[in-house]
Amino acid sequence: MNAGEELRRANRSLTAKLLLCVAGSALFGFALVPLYRVLCEITGIGDQQTLRSAVQVREVAQQGTDMTRTVTVEFMTSLPTVGNWQFRPAQETMAVHPGKLYEAHFIARNLTGHDTVAQAIPNIAPSQAASWFHKTECFCFSPQSFKKGEERVLPVRFFVDRALPGNLDRLTLSYTFYDLSTHVAAR
Amino acid sequence: MAYTETVDAHDHHDHPPAGIWRWLSTTNHKDIGTLYLVFSGIMFFVGGAMAMVIRLELFKPGMQFVDPAFFNSMTTVHGLAMIFGAVMPAWVGLANWMIPLQVGAPDMALPRMNNFSFWLLPFAFTLLLIGFFVPGGAPAGGWTLYPPLVLQGGDSFPMAIFAIHLMGASSIMGAINVIVTIMNMRAPGITLLRMPLFVWTWLITAYLLILVMPVLAGSVTMLLTDHFFGTSFFSASGGGDPVMFQHIFWFFGHPEVYILILPAFGIVSEVIPTFSRKPLFGYEAMVYATASIAFLSFIVWAHHMFTVGMPLAGELFFMLSTMLIAIPTGVKVFNWTATMWRGSLSFEPPMLFALAFLFLFTIGGFSGLMLAIAPADFQYQDTYFVVAHFHYVLVPGAIFSIMAGVYYWLPKWTGHLYSMALGKWHFWLSAIFVNVLFFPQHFLGLAGMPRRIPDYATQFADWNMVSSLGGFGFGLSQLLFPILIWKCVRGGEKAPAQVWEGAHGLEWEVPSPAPYHTWQDPPSEAQIAHGAEH
Repeated sequence: MNAGEELRRANRSLTAKLLLCVAGSALFGFALVPLYRVLCEITGIGDQQTLRSAVQVREVAQQGTDMTRTVTVEFMTSLPTVGNWQFRPAQETMAVHPGKLYEAHFIARNLTGHDTVAQAIPNIAPSQAASWFHKTECFCFSPQSFKKGEERVLPVRFFVDRALPGNLDRLTLSYTFYDLSTHVAAR
Repeated sequence: MAYTETVDAHDHHDHPPAGIWRWLSTTNHKDIGTLYLVFSGIMFFVGGAMAMVIRLELFKPGMQFVDPAFFNSMTTVHGLAMIFGAVMPAWVGLANWMIPLQVGAPDMALPRMNNFSFWLLPFAFTLLLIGFFVPGGAPAGGWTLYPPLVLQGGDSFPMAIFAIHLMGASSIMGAINVIVTIMNMRAPGITLLRMPLFVWTWLITAYLLILVMPVLAGSVTMLLTDHFFGTSFFSASGGGDPVMFQHIFWFFGHPEVYILILPAFGIVSEVIPTFSRKPLFGYEAMVYATASIAFLSFIVWAHHMFTVGMPLAGELFFMLSTMLIAIPTGVKVFNWTATMWRGSLSFEPPMLFALAFLFLFTIGGFSGLMLAIAPADFQYQDTYFVVAHFHYVLVPGAIFSIMAGVYYWLPKWTGHLYSMALGKWHFWLSAIFVNVLFFPQHFLGLAGMPRRIPDYATQFADWNMVSSLGGFGFGLSQLLFPILIWKCVRGGEKAPAQVWEGAHGLEWEVPSPAPYHTWQDPPSEAQIAHGAEH
């Protein structure tokens, strides 16, 4: 009987330890979220903090233009849902010199049938180029209000860093346009 | 040798209650093992029926039988049903039946939790399958549940998430039970390195389960809150990142594939020595190789997502660490082959399935190495080559070894020998058709046919037709399996305690069929010595 009691106690204590392991891995699962953010920040990949923060215009002047080098910038847009927005780049590509300020335009049209607010989320491909692509002004820095049926031209001012590695000669700037009204309503 | 049971001391619970109540309330490891195995068999045919629909639609190019949304539900629920409903419960069922017998324990350590963990499963799969009858249809975003696609599902989305929560809770409880049983309930004299390999591989599998199932539960909970409570874990509009889901999911998902295959290694490591009439070559190497594979499984997850845009260093790390897994796996394949070297081989159904496992799982391993090459993976990603790869490791890998295990221990469970002829028919039909079914999918994938599509370009027509014919043949030949089992349960030649001439292990020291209660008194030194001859 004593041996049985001892075994029961041992089973209970090991079960408790294993349940702690389970709780630990559940916590770890959620801890992956901030961990992922940190990793994105370190590597600069898809990090919205970098992609959506403005660089001062005076840095362009400090860099000076490298007229000997031409980099192609492609523009892309996408929409998470079909039908309630039109969103396209006004130009498909631009040939730019590193260290010079340029302005590109995107055209958005609200077809949702009501006044709404939208947020553009930028990205750069190849992803490691993100740290050498600077925006001084961008419609993606803040949410944009649209009247019902309104069409607007949205500007972005950018320059490519002179330190852009030599093996990169083609960058893609893409925006995904999210309607925030559904999101706001859910809150 | 002699098995004695002290019937008089225990006869008040030697006779289980009759009827359905026995199965609902049972805490007996053999009953629960049977329940798990029967449930797994049912889900195998449910998931198999979905596979038949998939192959029927893909028989010819163009849309013939089902609409694309239903087709997508078929691939999604087929995956979930086979992984969580067929393979994992089969392993837990075999663990329940065999681990107490093999370590000389009277039962599992936590018998009531054992009952609970089984009875969660029917509810989980009811919840998943009634998704077919709610608005929007069953989940159709793929078994990997990637957002944002999965968030666009209908009413079945939260049902599938809760179903996965239940399945996860069930397998975590099953895993805890296995670990506590193995660590605390081994009979005196059975040291860790005297345990049969099925017990060893299950011990390691159980640790994998408790470490990764909670991560899956976390990731699907985040999907749920993203959909219903306005969080933005995976939604870029709110500052989240859909790629993060893939990282968290595959942090679970890659150990999960070893959860599906490590117990298979254990079964094959018992069957091959028995029918080679030789001890397993390199027992300790097998244990360490299993542990190494389990460790590596935690650091290779991003090879499932080479194309999402990772830094070069990441691609290289995940490519090389993935290839590293080939080393312990190679040790295992070598040891199984060396076990047969100069052995006195005979080819009963368990051995046939184990040999097919050895050969075909290795093919699946090689295509896995091809997929591990990051630059080549950009070509293979999301094609039928991937489908061929993981079906080679899961069908002739995991499923064949489950069948080997069932054919190996069935006489011990039922007390009857089964029809060897019928078993061999089942084997040869399965082994031929599984290759007709999946081998052409390598060609389709290399030629560029994407996975998860109901229709395809006409240049893929021929091999798809061959693959579908193989699929129908494979599906039909599986019907022999329940027929054989049913016949073996009902009657047949009386099985001796030592069913197979060359078998070692404590399970062969108890009579066939194994009595309702076994090892109430721990096995004797002589029995352990006779059993542990590896």
